[in-house]
Amino acid sequence: MTAIWTMIAKRIGLGLLTLFVISIIIFGATELLPGDLAKSILGQSATPETVAAFRRELGLDLPAHIRYFNWLAGAVQGDFGTSLANKRAISDLIATRLSNTLFLALYAAAIAIPLSLTLGILAALYRNSVFDRAANALALTSISFPEFFVAYILIFFLARTGLFPSMAQVDAQTAFGDMLYKTFLPALTLTLVVTAHMMRMTRAAIINLLASPYIEMARLKGMSPGRVILKHALPNALAPIITVVALNLAYLITGVVVVEVVFVYPGLGQLMVDSVSKRDFPVVQAVALIFAAAYVLLNLTADVLSTLSNPRLVHRK
Amino acid sequence: MTETMKNGGVLSRRGLLKGATALGAAGLILPASMRKAMAEPKKGGTLRIAITGGSTTDSLDPATWSELFVQVFAACRVNYLTEIAADGSLVGELAESWEASADAATWRFKIRSGVTFHSGKSLTPDDVVASINHHRGEDSKSAAKPIVEQIKDIAIDGDTVVFTLVAGNADFPFIMSDYHLAILPSADGKIDPATEDGTGGYIVDSWEAGVNAKVKRNPNYWKADRAHFDAVELYSILDSTARQNALLTGQVDVIDKVDINTVGLLSQAPGIKILATTGTQHFVFPMDYRAAPFSDNNVRLALKYAIDREEMVQKILGGYGAVGNDHPIGPGDQFFAADLEQHAYDADKAKFYLKEAGMDSLNIQLSAADAAFAGAVDAAVLYSEKAAAAGINIEVVREPNDAYWDNVWMKKPFCASYWGGRPTPDWMFTTAYAAGAPWNESYWDNPRFNELLLAARSELDFAKRKDMYHEMQMICQKEGSTVTPMFASYVMAHTDKVATPDQVATNWGLDGFRCVERWWFA
Repeated sequence: MTAIWTMIAKRIGLGLLTLFVISIIIFGATELLPGDLAKSILGQSATPETVAAFRRELGLDLPAHIRYFNWLAGAVQGDFGTSLANKRAISDLIATRLSNTLFLALYAAAIAIPLSLTLGILAALYRNSVFDRAANALALTSISFPEFFVAYILIFFLARTGLFPSMAQVDAQTAFGDMLYKTFLPALTLTLVVTAHMMRMTRAAIINLLASPYIEMARLKGMSPGRVILKHALPNALAPIITVVALNLAYLITGVVVVEVVFVYPGLGQLMVDSVSKRDFPVVQAVALIFAAAYVLLNLTADVLSTLSNPRLVHRK
Repeated sequence: MTETMKNGGVLSRRGLLKGATALGAAGLILPASMRKAMAEPKKGGTLRIAITGGSTTDSLDPATWSELFVQVFAACRVNYLTEIAADGSLVGELAESWEASADAATWRFKIRSGVTFHSGKSLTPDDVVASINHHRGEDSKSAAKPIVEQIKDIAIDGDTVVFTLVAGNADFPFIMSDYHLAILPSADGKIDPATEDGTGGYIVDSWEAGVNAKVKRNPNYWKADRAHFDAVELYSILDSTARQNALLTGQVDVIDKVDINTVGLLSQAPGIKILATTGTQHFVFPMDYRAAPFSDNNVRLALKYAIDREEMVQKILGGYGAVGNDHPIGPGDQFFAADLEQHAYDADKAKFYLKEAGMDSLNIQLSAADAAFAGAVDAAVLYSEKAAAAGINIEVVREPNDAYWDNVWMKKPFCASYWGGRPTPDWMFTTAYAAGAPWNESYWDNPRFNELLLAARSELDFAKRKDMYHEMQMICQKEGSTVTPMFASYVMAHTDKVATPDQVATNWGLDGFRCVERWWFA
């Protein structure tokens, strides 16, 4: 077990380093973008004097490296600063958005993971049957459409008929049950988008193992096909499945801005897009770091779980 | 399907112009057409509006307002000194009345008494001074700075605020209706730009930048016949399809900026009404006057005759608009020069002017992006197709939307741009056509035009002024450096439960941002 703790410690250390490098890259990228906050906010109405006044007030006239280190000095003390555009504390700004994004991601995952694992196992069990082909065809079809198209199809069938709202407007006062109802369509859209990947991976991993000699042995002993798969094949197929689940979870947290826009859902994606287009770099940094941290943590979790699922790795000599 | 086209209201300014020290259009004396409509409004209900242009970076500071969401949100909670009524005339809001000195360089605004902010504080002339000063001075980062720069001094005289201007301006009361110049509560001569307080018809319940704003009716609102809803909810919906879906599924009552490509389908839906208003918003292609080939007026005229305006209104605006005549004054304006010859597509004339300029053909680049206006790239391509027949080869350069106003506008010699329009010719000309103005996007410099602009500004005689503006429109059309092909309507949609007055304002979308005050549930 100490091996695992060492791995976790090492990976967290590396993760922090990754976040640091990412913050430099993001800052550099925002600097490379044409224009700055003053010009983006004033838009067509910018005049040289007002832009200069704006910059003075926000400290945008300081050289880039000084601005970066000012930000970094705050960030390592846990102070991510305030939005340049509207002076709100970034922690405030992000808190509700982050919880909305996490809620939607977990909601979609709660539907998608059991669904895709079940479908994948069943498809492996009855491979090449009509069920297998139908499940594959459906999953691949839904992943092949762009997200917004899937979203509009769902709106057409489920929202125009009045079953579910097309606008997922939630706030802090929305009750949990109401939230599940209002965000059902975006969650379903995301489910359709991520199911194929996980389902196909489950199916492939299990089928791969079904050719192994120890499965042959289990079958020869007269075990039922279900028991062979659940008890003998699945534990060994867990590592690749966990990895793909983690990847999809990370996607659900970071990559759903299109779905947010279509369903008018106040998540982190829209915050990121707005902040990039207005060059509000402290917000961009904070959101980018959250996204990066999600990837780092989920990958770490996946690796730890995969290791735990494999006795050969846990009891390494 | 019901469709209402409401054409530009006439900007009546007579109350203001009758005498040198005319007492301004006093109080809330509404024009007859509005009084009739306002007789029936019912109170109650929660109005839900889906609006574009909201962003997480929105702020409460009036200096930064530029998009529709914050503009309508402002109309909920604040008032201005003056207000442009639905018919385009100017009425007093927080200013009860106003009068000008003979040279129109000193303006006295009598501040309405008995008005209170949501916090309970009474409105005082100090609040007005602080609110306007917020946009002035060296450290001002306000988008409204250029329009308040003409103010030399602001003083208080009892219940009156006295503005002394650098030079006479007969339109000054119109300037005070600008959406940036909100009157906010002050302390020690300064306003708090982050305050949610105001004197408006609704009190802020909650506001989440880029998401939504919820307000409830102000029970102490000083306008008895306005703000009919119990509550208003504004939703920021950037995607036009999502706005339409929200309307069709009954989640909102009003949407703005209906997508022109699907407006036909939307208008067929049961219970949906399309509302279109044509006012001052127009789309332009400015040419850089300072350099060849555009420094030659023959080339400019050739380009003006090489554009098919009718086709543009049909194809780019879906018929929701009017053709432009190469000057920025809309057909609804009382100073509109109706007798000017309408420029129309004429390849032969374009060829003729090109020949006058000593050219057989002309190769130019036109920079466009949809950031300039929706359909700008398509409009540029259409322009290029039609101009080819006259020997003008326009290469359309598609520019990125991002930072368009920074890198393309006023930098590339020929590009696409738009103007939301200004309520008076002086304001419009001063902003974008006067020599040396920061937003003179074509760098145009016409001595006669500039001279007339100055003369007309301080001229209080209506007839003389009308003559001057007529000549200025003609100069603009014949010698100007801007191709103005079309005036675009604001196209909105609402359910048939929402009632609108007979006349809807055309100066901005959503009834001049004032739908929250002027509309009601039938």
